[in-house]
Amino acid sequence: MLELISKPWPWYVAGPLIGLIVPLLLVAGNKSFGISSSLRHICAACFPANISFFKYDWKREAWNLFFVTGVLIGGVVAATFLKSNEPVAVGENLKSELLHFGVTDYSNLVPLQLFNFQSLFTLQGFFLIVVGGFLVGFGTRYGGGCTSGHAIMGISNLQWPSIIATCCFMLGGIIMANFILPIILSL
Amino acid sequence: MESIKNILTKVQSLPDTDFEVRSLDSVCINESQLIHPWWYNFKYVFLGIVFGVILVKSEVISWFRIQEMFRFQSFHMYGVIGSAIVVGMISVLLIKKFNIKTIYGEPITFHYKKFNKGNVYGGLLFGFGWALTGACPGPLFAQIGTGVLVVTVTLFSAIAGTWVYGLVRNRLPH
Repeated sequence: MLELISKPWPWYVAGPLIGLIVPLLLVAGNKSFGISSSLRHICAACFPANISFFKYDWKREAWNLFFVTGVLIGGVVAATFLKSNEPVAVGENLKSELLHFGVTDYSNLVPLQLFNFQSLFTLQGFFLIVVGGFLVGFGTRYGGGCTSGHAIMGISNLQWPSIIATCCFMLGGIIMANFILPIILSL
Repeated sequence: MESIKNILTKVQSLPDTDFEVRSLDSVCINESQLIHPWWYNFKYVFLGIVFGVILVKSEVISWFRIQEMFRFQSFHMYGVIGSAIVVGMISVLLIKKFNIKTIYGEPITFHYKKFNKGNVYGGLLFGFGWALTGACPGPLFAQIGTGVLVVTVTLFSAIAGTWVYGLVRNRLPH
């Protein structure tokens, strides 16, 4: 059993399980599934700086911070007890593209040749880690949510602004991955 | 060079007349009116652990999977997100149809999102960030958990991004 769940899970197992988080949070305490709000609560709790956007009772939203702490612990649990011995699944097309940029290490879900503390001091690492992270935090708040809040919770509740936002996530990602990222990877 | 403090005072002194923007202030996540002791929140840690394990084992936190999605090289991520939406949608329908209550007997409420231009501009910017980091906010936490500690820098940068949005949002089109 442990061996079976240690293997990578197919989409038709993982997707429905993620979908079930929506009703579980609602039934557990009327909470709408969403992750990016946690970043706002962290700002409100730690650096409100008298900015009106961060002046609210973040303690009321503390469940969200408990939830993301759980996600982090979930990462520890999966990496410690459910570790797969197989290399990370990467398609041949992507492998041959990444080979041009010297990415050959498939031992981790995150390409450690690109994401490490030394690369932080290179222009390439700065774009991937610092600029990328900034855009995730700025974009999700400006857009009103992320993949969980808009794509999953919002569309589940048939909210058309969420459908538009999700299309924009995809469009932005397609532009970046196909046209801009190759330039950054060749830096 | 303008110091941050100067910018701060400037932003604070701007009259806040944009009601469209004001409406975004609502947090709208915790709809529950009940006040519980803080340790009631541990059930969300448990649900978070479940979600985190799923994210890792389904390779949703894989930078490679995200690249394959945006390059149309694999169906995996479309299958994950698509089937999650289908299950979520059916669950929401059932909750509404049968008027299902929370475990505390409170009625479940849904909030309705109002369109604003931020959904487009912010959505595009988040898309750029998603393709660069290979992670949306949930996977950032899970990636750190799996031991890739450099992602804490990505997370702090994301918190900084949210903070800067809060600082300049009155001047952004919404």
